[in-house]
Amino acid sequence: MSDIDDIRLQVMWNRLISVVEEQATTLVRTAFSTSVREAGDLSAGVFDTEGRMLAQAVTGTPGHVNTMAEAVGHFIEGIGRQFIFDGDTYLTNDPWLGTGHLHDITMCTPVFMKGTLIGFFACTAHVVDVGGRGFGPDAKSVYEEGIQIPIMKFAERGTVSGELVRLVRANVRQPDQLIGDCYSLAACNDVGKKRLIEMLDEVGLDDLERLADFIFTRTASAMDERIAALPQGTWANEMLTDGYDEPITLAATVTIGEGRVHVDFTGSSPVSRWGINVPLIYAKAYACYAVNCIVAPDIPNNWASLGSVTVASPENIVNAKRPAPVSVRHVIGHMIPDLTFGALAKALPGTIQAEGAASLWNIQISARPAPGETGERAEILMFNSGGSGARPTLDGLSATAFPSGVMTMPIEATEHTGPIVIWRKELRPDSGGDGRYRGGLGQLIEIAPAAGHEFDFSAMFDRVTAPARGREGGGSGAPGSVRLDDGTTLRPKGWQHVPAGRRLMLELPGGGGFGAPSERDETAQEDDRVKGYVTRKT
Amino acid sequence: MGRSDIRLGADIGGTFTDIALEIEGTLHSAKVLTNYAAPEQAIIDGIEIVMEAAGIGLADLGLVIHGTTLATNALIQRSGARTAFVTTEGYRDVIEMRTESRFAQYDLNLVLPTPLIPREARFPVRGRIDAHGAELQALDEAALERLADDLAAAGFEAVAIGFIHAYANAAHEKRAREILAAKLDVPISISAEVSPQMREFERFNTVCANAYVRPQMASYLSRLQSRLAEMGADCPVFMIHSGGGLISVETAAEFPVRLVESGPAGGAIFAADIARRFDLTRALSYDMGGTTAKICLIEDFTPHTARTFEVARTARFAKGSGMPISIPVIEMIEIGAGGGSLAWVDAMGRIQAGPESAGSEPGPACYQRGGTRPAITDADLVLGKLDPDNFAGGKIKLSVDEAAGAIARAVGDRLSLADEAAAFGIVEVVDENMSNAARVHAVENGKDVSENVMIAFGGAAPLHAARLCEKLGIERCLIPTGAGVGSAIGFLKAPFGYEALVSNVMALSAFDAEALNSMLDDLKTTAEAFVREGTSAPIEREVTVYMRYRGQGWEIPVPLPDRAFIDADRTMIEEAFRARYAQFFGRAIEGPEIEFVTWSVNAHDKPPEPDTVGLTLDGEAATSETRRPVFDPATGAALESAIFERAALAPGARVEGPAIIVESETSTVITTPFDAIIQTDGTILLTRKARRP
Repeated sequence: MSDIDDIRLQVMWNRLISVVEEQATTLVRTAFSTSVREAGDLSAGVFDTEGRMLAQAVTGTPGHVNTMAEAVGHFIEGIGRQFIFDGDTYLTNDPWLGTGHLHDITMCTPVFMKGTLIGFFACTAHVVDVGGRGFGPDAKSVYEEGIQIPIMKFAERGTVSGELVRLVRANVRQPDQLIGDCYSLAACNDVGKKRLIEMLDEVGLDDLERLADFIFTRTASAMDERIAALPQGTWANEMLTDGYDEPITLAATVTIGEGRVHVDFTGSSPVSRWGINVPLIYAKAYACYAVNCIVAPDIPNNWASLGSVTVASPENIVNAKRPAPVSVRHVIGHMIPDLTFGALAKALPGTIQAEGAASLWNIQISARPAPGETGERAEILMFNSGGSGARPTLDGLSATAFPSGVMTMPIEATEHTGPIVIWRKELRPDSGGDGRYRGGLGQLIEIAPAAGHEFDFSAMFDRVTAPARGREGGGSGAPGSVRLDDGTTLRPKGWQHVPAGRRLMLELPGGGGFGAPSERDETAQEDDRVKGYVTRKT
Repeated sequence: MGRSDIRLGADIGGTFTDIALEIEGTLHSAKVLTNYAAPEQAIIDGIEIVMEAAGIGLADLGLVIHGTTLATNALIQRSGARTAFVTTEGYRDVIEMRTESRFAQYDLNLVLPTPLIPREARFPVRGRIDAHGAELQALDEAALERLADDLAAAGFEAVAIGFIHAYANAAHEKRAREILAAKLDVPISISAEVSPQMREFERFNTVCANAYVRPQMASYLSRLQSRLAEMGADCPVFMIHSGGGLISVETAAEFPVRLVESGPAGGAIFAADIARRFDLTRALSYDMGGTTAKICLIEDFTPHTARTFEVARTARFAKGSGMPISIPVIEMIEIGAGGGSLAWVDAMGRIQAGPESAGSEPGPACYQRGGTRPAITDADLVLGKLDPDNFAGGKIKLSVDEAAGAIARAVGDRLSLADEAAAFGIVEVVDENMSNAARVHAVENGKDVSENVMIAFGGAAPLHAARLCEKLGIERCLIPTGAGVGSAIGFLKAPFGYEALVSNVMALSAFDAEALNSMLDDLKTTAEAFVREGTSAPIEREVTVYMRYRGQGWEIPVPLPDRAFIDADRTMIEEAFRARYAQFFGRAIEGPEIEFVTWSVNAHDKPPEPDTVGLTLDGEAATSETRRPVFDPATGAALESAIFERAALAPGARVEGPAIIVESETSTVITTPFDAIIQTDGTILLTRKARRP
């Protein structure tokens, strides 16, 4: 009955995806880190004994999803197979072995059945604080960015390493929360482990080998089919972004052929002096995401599907090596899909969306009482999004994260976390690029310290000097801006100050338009005016 | 006045309007088509049918309990009133910007749901309350005066008011309502009354939804009442709300958003009543109909509730594609898996089932009404689980050939599978989807699904329940009678009840018993006032606080004793939180501060002392001459199975799996690992063979 066996393997594949979803849900419910609990900045997956990923939770953001896929191989090598025991949990925040910066903790747990290693669970979360300078681009090297945890055992045979916990606690600003998050990550792997063993018991299997083979074979042949249907050849694209103190060029050459899509970043700017550099693994994650959105949006992530996309780059800003600073690698990393789309648009004209705001406008606020006042101190993190690029048949999405998968936090919750008042958070009229289809609108945000307080903030913003470009005749989105309500212009990156009584005014960039503005439907134009999306006289 | 022992439940659903009448413990029921133009007419028609069967007149009715999907439909179809939304300056776009995220990560052509109130009908006004409820900026009353004139001139039919932090201080919202009401003759809803919970997107959306459906629901409810009165029924009418309790028609007309999802709530109460009857403290209700399956946890005879849910999902039931409503609701997980769900093959050659459904027209291929794609019912038929000549009491003749043909075209040929194997694949996939949903739902509530007794109802559930139990490790499953009109029957069992909630973020270290007592007293007064509209019976209350470690975003419910607190209770509350936390997530954490977020008081009349009966766990083996091959999922082959008529099985009869018990509305499949025992009230118990002494 091989037919029936095939069906049983397929059902197990579904179950495996459900198991990793359960794993991710546990993490969302228990994490302390704002970015995990409110914004879904996490990833969870199951791996075979070779470290090849079998399935991954769809919850999660691409930067984590695709980087974590490679991490388990590093864990196996770093720990050494002979030292892997039942009840162990490993962790690291190494940017080059994990997910690109020290703020992400990746944890890996081996699964044993009847005394034999059968696979691993891994998960990743962005944590509140890792010491160092705090979340921002100002460090000169990774050594200033926080504590570095090499691949180590968090727990051995079920016993947590008290030494490691003490060392970590002494190096971070909010040790309870960080250690709490470590336990959450470990618990989430344990949930996965328990469910996997139950499933194998139920179906009477002793390992994952047949299932892995089934998943990889099916996925690889689906990917081959899709890639073979694409035009074969090589296309290039370049894009300018703000950088820290000077503009950055990003370059990509995309080659489709021989059953894979290859992205080469030769021609991109050299490594920056600031923490906007990207480890190649993170650039690869977003290149994979961009390609999969176009080629295989319905094919689940696993070792075989991710293997169909390869990347290469000389050492530069998207292939920064240790000890380059990489804290806010997402600002440049989030540009990689737009960069890749630009090359694919030449291969597949008429079908690829325009550029968008791309980078999240994350802001880390460190509030305290103004001199001579009493009050509270607090660290506050907000995620905010500009407009996405117009699509070939649809307007761009206003104030919506792309390519990141995170959510914003309710301002009512944010105002409970510290002494700030958010006076405005609404759509920014006239910020979407013109076109047959209009780019998504950015947003306007106004933040003031609460009475008697002041704050410093870490700006991690882009598209202030280099706006999102339109496609096929569409106009550019409006660039962003950062200033105080008294007119003082501030920098888009780095720590800066907002004194008591002032307001920080942010204008988030809009997405580019698609197609000639003259071709925009009249009803759509009228709707833009009625709704106030567009206020310019035409 | 009618007789207090005669109660009637009326459930208006998307396709059918169900009526259940209880008279001296006997049930009469009717199913009529829903009348969209005049929904009350279908109720009247149905009532006449059951009245005739019971031999009574409308004047004899003691109580009518009504639940309806009309409010939900108005939200889905966007057929509500022209509504204006008045909000805090700087926050005009909260309901449009949503969570600033995409619910489908890889879909570049994603379309986000259109906001209920368009931007041109959203009016920002100055005035600001801070997170602690203090006024930061005075309300611009002059601007509100001008706005009132503009709204009147523009002809808006309803107004919603939602200000930032109004859950902490409602003064601005109330003042704004006063100013607008002086010049406007339309209903005005304020967020602090409709949904005083923190998180602006959910609260604003909820008050908008309330205002949006209010004129239509008020008009419908008053028509219904006058029609019933004209026809001689002078009994009170009560409405079932999403949280599973009864509220007066007047309250429902003011807060119609509370009626959303009231039909499914009836199903959960139906299951809860069965759990109570058999004294099952942990149950899992499983309701599978034509297009979806709904799963709900029932603990101590009470369905689980949540404080927020999503309606009108636009994209295949995807989480995040609908609009959030933050009101107390019976918490259910709903997935696109029903008898009509269609099967297909994806790019990896994997069989998929749903969420697209063949609906009632054309229906599954085997109905022979033009359906060409295979539905779950077709697969059930090919596997022998349904009798083609005895479906719906023989009223619908099913074609095995059409079913097999559709399965071959869409699945078998593509994967080189024989019809039976393909049908098995389809059913396995849908069963797996449902059991995964049930497992995740249990995990999200900190429970182990295998410890529950399943209660299965709805047309398709008895066909799949046994296999689900196998997958979930569940030992026992009940299949009650009357399951076709379960929601309407459930209405008859619902308590008069109301849950009042308010957000008040406060650190445990700042625990202030006096302030807390005063806040809880307010909640108790509010909740009890609603209950007192319906009953003078003794009231029971449950007090719950939603707590978390400071810094977390997810609160867990912690039940508290219903009494005045003293400052020394702080330790007790901390212990209670830590115990609950450990129950949800394995272990409590040392270090971080603990905080309160939302407080809830649920008040309801005391349920009647149940006549509980124990489960009958063994019985006399029944035999049947009728046998046919039915596919056995465990061995992957067809096995000769005995076929029984449900009506012919007496209480105490035992049927050994593999077997099938047939009835007019559905069939109960007993897989090999299970036996079925008929209970004293006709309920079928599925129990694992190993468990039988």
